[in-house]
Amino acid sequence: MTREKVYEELNEVFQDVFDDATIQVKETTTSDDIEDWDSLEHINLVVAVEKKFGIKFNMGEVNTMKDVGEMVDIILRRAVQ
Amino acid sequence: MRELEYPFDAEYILRKKKKLKKELLNSGKQFIDKNIAILGGSTTSDIKIILELFLLNQGIRPLFYESEYNQYYQDAVFPNPRLECFRPDIIYIHTTNRNITAYPQMADSAEDVDELLAAEEEKFRSIWESLAQTYCCPIIQNNFEMPFYRLLGNKDASDIHGKVNFLTRLNMKFYEYAQTHGNFYICDINYISADYGLKEWSDPFYYHMYKYALNVNAIPYLSFNVANIIKSLFGKNKKGFVLDLDNTIWGGVVGDDGVDNIVLGPEESEGQVYSEFQRYLKEHKQLGVILNVDSKNDEENAIVGLNHPDSELHPDDFILIKANWAPKDENFMEIANSLDLLPESLVFIDDNPAERHIVTGRMENVSAPDLDCVQHYIQTIDRCGFFETTVISKDDLKRNEMYKENIERQQLQVGFSDYHDYLLSLEMKARIKAFEPIYMARIAQLSNKSNQFNLTTRRYTQAEIESVSRNPEYITMYGKLIDRFGDNGVVSVVIGHIVGKECRIDLWIMSCRVLKRDMEFAMMDMLVKRCREQGIEEIRGYYYPTAKNHMVKDFYMIQGFEKVREDEIGNTEWVFKVSDKYVKKNDVIEVNG
Repeated sequence: MTREKVYEELNEVFQDVFDDATIQVKETTTSDDIEDWDSLEHINLVVAVEKKFGIKFNMGEVNTMKDVGEMVDIILRRAVQ
Repeated sequence: MRELEYPFDAEYILRKKKKLKKELLNSGKQFIDKNIAILGGSTTSDIKIILELFLLNQGIRPLFYESEYNQYYQDAVFPNPRLECFRPDIIYIHTTNRNITAYPQMADSAEDVDELLAAEEEKFRSIWESLAQTYCCPIIQNNFEMPFYRLLGNKDASDIHGKVNFLTRLNMKFYEYAQTHGNFYICDINYISADYGLKEWSDPFYYHMYKYALNVNAIPYLSFNVANIIKSLFGKNKKGFVLDLDNTIWGGVVGDDGVDNIVLGPEESEGQVYSEFQRYLKEHKQLGVILNVDSKNDEENAIVGLNHPDSELHPDDFILIKANWAPKDENFMEIANSLDLLPESLVFIDDNPAERHIVTGRMENVSAPDLDCVQHYIQTIDRCGFFETTVISKDDLKRNEMYKENIERQQLQVGFSDYHDYLLSLEMKARIKAFEPIYMARIAQLSNKSNQFNLTTRRYTQAEIESVSRNPEYITMYGKLIDRFGDNGVVSVVIGHIVGKECRIDLWIMSCRVLKRDMEFAMMDMLVKRCREQGIEEIRGYYYPTAKNHMVKDFYMIQGFEKVREDEIGNTEWVFKVSDKYVKKNDVIEVNG
């Protein structure tokens, strides 16, 4: 899977979870950039991303993920495995 | 909304919850507003958000109070002005085995374990008693799901030190409380979690990451079950089935294959499955759920099929059998009309997706669950929660008989050219009295279920009914109607509150199964009599239109009231002067004889 493809699919998930069709995430997007992205919504995001890509994040990853770029790194790493 | 009916896509609901909420709120649906307090022993955020979706889908618009994280005990037992101010209609206590204070240790004696159990039970009892006393509203309490590990292996179930054993005993204590206390309902997460798969349900990831005591992906299943209890409490259960025959309650087509060749009965596996399904349907009659047939068949063939020697269901198990070649939606409508029920209170069961589509397309809010193969019919239908049982009144147990009698009455009516003569031939007797304790549950149920013959659509809980009945500033009346075919039970309720020399009608409802029997006039006669006894000079009636109560738009006019006010949305106010010249309107029902 290419990085571009991951972003494309991630955008869909973000748009659904935050019900905002204008969201376009990039490497540096963090929870500060999206108004409704609080710790409770973060769970829904994680669950939806896991489903979308058929992967599971481990607890360390969920806790340390700083921005969308890191999330994409993990998705790509898993996709390779 | 199709997306929120079982079997639903939980992942879709979680991901699209915001969009779904907007759609529901903009759907033009009419809602009743209810205040729901959630007291949680773990995170409840998404449980609340998804519960809201399922409730909106049932026509209930909730306003929520959510306790701070794990404050369920403090919120319940200590003075809580915020919750008091909120005035909850329902309190849901979301606790799980993560909230057990202490489990038995291996060295504990049997007495020690009993003490632990008693202490845990006491903690919860104090919550329930405090809430019941302060809020007088229904309480929904989770039981406990099984633990996610078993220290003793299989012995965990039978040994008093095992967590499985401890939680099972505690659950039994909860059930004893439920059996001996009204307004208290168990949300059976022990069953729901097993059904979902305990290992997935209790994945510790979600507890340690977010303090959710269950897998986030399982939340829709929990919320759906809580919503089912709530909609049942507010009288939104379904009332009956409308069933297809061929390939639905037996295999094959009776008209083509002949009765000897339909698949039913113990001879082979597929026949056994159909028999099991028939038994399942028949069991519903015990709950007052009514059965009807809507089948494309010659009536003769339908009856022959139902008289199959291995058939669990027989023609007299059904209230109405419509077997003909008319479109199914037309038959469905006719069944609803003959029973004086709204189409949406009947569930359509048909193996054919095209027929389901016709029926649900024509009539909004009719449920027709997607069915795949016959061995899954029961699993699917059962999990829909159509008939979620919260309170069983005596009327529920007799409902099938009552509908049967009504059909007989309709047949008798055909023989009379004069309607008044027909009414006299029914030999009706009514009992119209102030509320009495044995009928409180039925009165509350009726206030929540009546949609059509309902002037104000005000809903009352049993606790409110009881409180009104004790208050001298209220005039209360229930009406029970008996006739030559049987006892219809309590069918009408009026609540008026007295302000000076005025009696203002807060509630006037009647069950549609006694429409056009002049019962409403008998009630009016009694209301006037009671008002005169209390020196009341004026009765004020109110009509608030909803999508469903159009039939009583002119009710007060017919009763001889005068309209004094009407606003732009059609709310009307009516006045009736009480005088000693009042002439009784009912002359066909003998009252309190």
